[in-house]
Amino acid sequence: MKPTLLDNKGVPLERQKFTWRDLVQKPISKLDDDAYTRVRIILMNGIELEAHRFSHSAARMNKALQLPLAQIRRVEQHQATLINWLIGADHSPLETTIGYEQVAIDITAAVAMNEPDKYLAQVYRFGLLEDFDHMYRYSALLDRLEGKDANNILQSYTDILPGRPTIEEHRAPQDDLRRPYDRTKAAPLTKLHALTIMAAEQQTHNFYMNIGPMYSDPVARQLYAEIASIEEQHVTQYESIIDPEESWLEKWVMHELAEVYNYHGCMQQEVNPRIKAIWERFLDYELGHLHAALELFKEHERRDPAEILPETLPDPIPIASQREFVRETLAAEVDLCANGTEIVPKAQEGKASLAYRKEMNADGSPSETISAGYKWAPGSELKLKVA
Amino acid sequence: MQLTTEVGMNHSGMLAAEDGGEKMLENIELTRPPRGDERDLAKLRLDHAKDADPVGTLPEPQPEGIARVLMDKLGERLAFERSGARLYDALMVKCAADKSSGVPAKELRQIRDEEITHFALIGAAIEALGGDPTAQTPSADVAGVEGMGLMQVLNDPKTTVAQGLHAILVAEMVDNAAWDELIELTSQAGNEDLVARFTKARDEEQEHLEKVQAWYKAATMAAAE
Repeated sequence: MKPTLLDNKGVPLERQKFTWRDLVQKPISKLDDDAYTRVRIILMNGIELEAHRFSHSAARMNKALQLPLAQIRRVEQHQATLINWLIGADHSPLETTIGYEQVAIDITAAVAMNEPDKYLAQVYRFGLLEDFDHMYRYSALLDRLEGKDANNILQSYTDILPGRPTIEEHRAPQDDLRRPYDRTKAAPLTKLHALTIMAAEQQTHNFYMNIGPMYSDPVARQLYAEIASIEEQHVTQYESIIDPEESWLEKWVMHELAEVYNYHGCMQQEVNPRIKAIWERFLDYELGHLHAALELFKEHERRDPAEILPETLPDPIPIASQREFVRETLAAEVDLCANGTEIVPKAQEGKASLAYRKEMNADGSPSETISAGYKWAPGSELKLKVA
Repeated sequence: MQLTTEVGMNHSGMLAAEDGGEKMLENIELTRPPRGDERDLAKLRLDHAKDADPVGTLPEPQPEGIARVLMDKLGERLAFERSGARLYDALMVKCAADKSSGVPAKELRQIRDEEITHFALIGAAIEALGGDPTAQTPSADVAGVEGMGLMQVLNDPKTTVAQGLHAILVAEMVDNAAWDELIELTSQAGNEDLVARFTKARDEEQEHLEKVQAWYKAATMAAAE
C-alpha cells in the first residue's frame, strides 16, 4: 500500500538513533548480490548527499532554520554513511565507477521513459546518452588498466557501447542551462524526477573529483578529469530544470519528499532482505523528516502542504535493465546537441560550445585515447585478439 | 528478477544472466570504436613517463654510489618489516575467527615478533650508516603502495584464512628475495658486520616462508574436504 503522506508520520526525530557499530554494517557481496542492489545503494547515497548539500546551503541563508536543519542533517549524515559503507572494499574505485554509471544509465532511462513533461523527457534522454558513453570509456579503462571485465559489475543488464562521444560533450556553460519546470503546474513526479537525477549526478561528480587523483596512471587521471567535467555540466543542467522560484522551505520539503519517494521505491524493489530492511527503516526516518519540514513550512510560510504535496506517492522509478529504450534512444538521438536551453540537431550547435570544445581538446582527448579501437568482449578485449 | 539473494549465487558471469549474456554479445557487433588501438595509450603514457618527476629523493646527507642504493633499500626493508608486522596482526585476528584453520597462534606471534626485530635491526643499521630511520625513502614509499592490496585483503573480515595466507605468501616471497638483495648490496658496500646480521634475519625469513607455504597449502586443501 502506498504511504499516505499526511497520515503516516514515520519515526519521530528523537527516536532516530545510531551507533558507530550500526553505521558500519556488513557490505554487500560484489559477486553474489544483484547489480541493482548496488545501484540502489549508490542512488540512495546520492539522494542523502544531495539532501546534505542542500541543507548546508539553506542553513547559510536562513538563520531561523539553522537548528532544525542541523538536527535533521545529523541523521542524514549517518544515513548516508550507513548506506555508502555497504559498498565492499573489494570494489576498486574503477569498479565502483562502473556502478555509478549503471545508476546514471538505468535510472535516467527509467526517468526519461516515465517523465510526463516532454521537454524534460528530452533533457533526460540527452543526458542519458552522455553517461552511456562514459560507461564505454570507463569499461575500456577497466579492461586496459586493471585487466577486468566491467560486465562482472553490470551483470549483463547494461550495454557497453559508445554513446554520444565524450569528446563532443564539452560545451559552453550557456548551452548547459535548460528551462525549469513551473512549480505551480508541474506534476509531482516531474519534481521528484528532477531532484533524483540531480542528486545522482552531483554525487557522481563529487566521487570522480575525489578518486581521480588516486590513480597513478596518467591516462586514468586524464579520463577522470575529462568525465568529471561533464558531470559538472550535468549537475548544471539538472539543477537548472528545477524551478528557482520555489522558496527555501518548499525546496526543503521537496528534498524530504524525494527521499521518501526513493526509499519507498528501493524498499519495494529490493531483493536482498537485509538491505530491504535498511530501506524500510530509513523510509520511516524520512517520513519523520518530511513531517518536521512540513511543520516549519506551515509555521514560516503559512501555506497548506497540500499545495505542494501529492496525496500519495507516484509509482516508484523502476530500477531495472532499460536496454531496449537506451538502444532506441541511441539510434535516434545520438547526434543531438544543445543550443541555449534547446536540444537541437548537430548543425545548429552554438558557436561558443564549438570554440570551447576545440580549446579543451587541443592537446588530445583522454576519452578517445583510452578507447582507441576498443570493443567490449566477455572477459576482456584480449579475447577478441586471441581469436 | 529474482526475489531474494541466494547464498552462493554468483551473478558476475554472463551465464548467470537470464539470456545467458546474448544481448551483451551483440555489443561486439554494434561497437564502432574510435580509430587506433592500445598503442595510443602507450604513447600517452610514454609522454608522461619521459616528463615525470621522481617519487622523491633520499634525505640528507645523501651518500654516493653503492651506499646510496643501500640506504634507499634499507629504507624499503624497514618499511616492509614494519608493515609486515601489521599484516601478521591482521592474520592473527583472522585465524582467531576461524579456529578450524589449524594455524598455531603461538608461531604466528613469533613470526610477527621477528618482523619487529628485523624492523629494529634495519633502523639501527640506517643510524649506524649516518641515515635517518624516520625518513621515508623512495623505495620505501613504493613498497608501501605495493603492499596496499595485501593490507586490504588481510583486514577484510570477508576473506578466509587461506586467502589471508595467500596475501602473506606474496609478502614473504618478496621479503625473502629482498633480504637476499640487501645482503648482496651490503657485501658490495664492504660491511661484513651487517652482512652477518642480515644473513641471520634472512634465514628467519626463509623459515617464515616455509611455514606460510605449508599453512597455505593445508588451508587451501581443507576447502576441498
